[in-house]
Amino acid sequence: MSELSVNHLLGIKYLKAEDIQLIFETTDHFKEVINRPIKKVPSLRDITIANLFFENSTRTKLSFELAEKRLSADVVNFSAGQSSVKKGETLIDTVNNILSMKVDMVVMRHPNPGAGVFLSKHVNASIINAGDGAHEHPTQALLDTYSIREKLGDVSGKNVVIVGDILHSRVALSNIFALQLQGAKVKVCGPKTLIPKYIESLGVGVETNLRKALEWCDVANMLRVQNERMDISYFPSTREYTQQFGVNKVLLDSLDKEIVIMHPGPINRGVEITSDVADSKQAIILNQVENGVAIRMAVIYLLASKIKQ
Amino acid sequence: MSQKVLLSAKEINIILHRLACQLIENHLDFKNTVLIGIQPRGIFVAERLKKLLKEEYKVKDIKLGYLDITFYRDDFRRGEKILEANKTKIDFLVEGKNVVFIDDVLYTGRSIRAALTAIQSFGRPNEIELLTLIDRRFSRNLPIQPDYRGRQVDAINQEKVKVMWKENDGEDKIYLISK
Repeated sequence: MSELSVNHLLGIKYLKAEDIQLIFETTDHFKEVINRPIKKVPSLRDITIANLFFENSTRTKLSFELAEKRLSADVVNFSAGQSSVKKGETLIDTVNNILSMKVDMVVMRHPNPGAGVFLSKHVNASIINAGDGAHEHPTQALLDTYSIREKLGDVSGKNVVIVGDILHSRVALSNIFALQLQGAKVKVCGPKTLIPKYIESLGVGVETNLRKALEWCDVANMLRVQNERMDISYFPSTREYTQQFGVNKVLLDSLDKEIVIMHPGPINRGVEITSDVADSKQAIILNQVENGVAIRMAVIYLLASKIKQ
Repeated sequence: MSQKVLLSAKEINIILHRLACQLIENHLDFKNTVLIGIQPRGIFVAERLKKLLKEEYKVKDIKLGYLDITFYRDDFRRGEKILEANKTKIDFLVEGKNVVFIDDVLYTGRSIRAALTAIQSFGRPNEIELLTLIDRRFSRNLPIQPDYRGRQVDAINQEKVKVMWKENDGEDKIYLISK
């Protein structure tokens, strides 16, 4: 297979296993490219990409922008804070205005779930979802599973536990889809209040005891508690959360095997993981960030090759 | 569709020997020279030449890399076919080196144009030469000519030159295929 089955990357839900395979193979090539003395290829010289961030982001935005620039695309950036959105413009109007300036591809982060899907039905450009509310964050799941594949050789057959605030996490949902599509088993672990009620209907196991979860898994993906999305109190105190669901070195060393620790960032050191865990050999957090650029280059390259001239 | 044999295994072998000798004339001990096989089909020629130089002509140290030009091509989004990348494997810097590009067939010259851009990512070479097994003269789109050529062919545009290698295709043979 040499072509994606989709014209947009709206969520892992819409991808096939072969799509992920193709993205990973292409990522291997781009990973080699970004480790060269000169890290740039001219493939996307005639493509213009708009990065529309209706919600704050540092890592994802930087990573996308770097990926675009390393492919030689022209890039325009937009943050909701400084825009006409505040003046009452609708999403479709905003995007169509940008597209009339001849933009070929839109990378969008939006607080509302489904914003990407909605946009893809109404505007004429290739859309990449860079996170839509608590729904999906497909490139993060791709880079997470790519990092697992890189570290452990294969995703298939591995046990992965996602720990923390599952309820507010788009990373969790995309990861569940991506891991299952590649044949891994998934459990979630966290306070009952932060686990969606019907998560088991996705074929995901629920574990409320962190030690048991870690004993079961090969990889633990630690999520941040998203305080900014919490309108009510989901657990008594941060300290209690850390005692129950925080990973520290003592706990890790007491396991009878060495598990891989992942984190999509930003880390709240001392809350979901301690510093000595985050900086340990078992953590592949910075590899995830490096792979993020290569994964996004691959996704952009493969989608761009489907844009008709 | 008809095909005729352009070169047999024996002829290919003689030509490879001649090319190896020509390389030695210009590069002697290959101290400051690196060979770069252009992916996907140039690497077979490059590997054969490396083997010859090492085993038959006792050149000790030969550096060989593979260069993939997919991301540097000028027909991205322009053809029906989606471009598929191959592996680039260059474990050395080409800064200040004499680089020899090695490919099987030189046709429009566009791959070599892409390779000239691609190699810049690995440093600034002292000079770049081009070795090609088959040179389809009269069909160039760009002002690019080989420094070492195995055989010159006057093929018209509808014709195709197919180079086969024992290690990949089962036999050493070069065909001229006309539709």
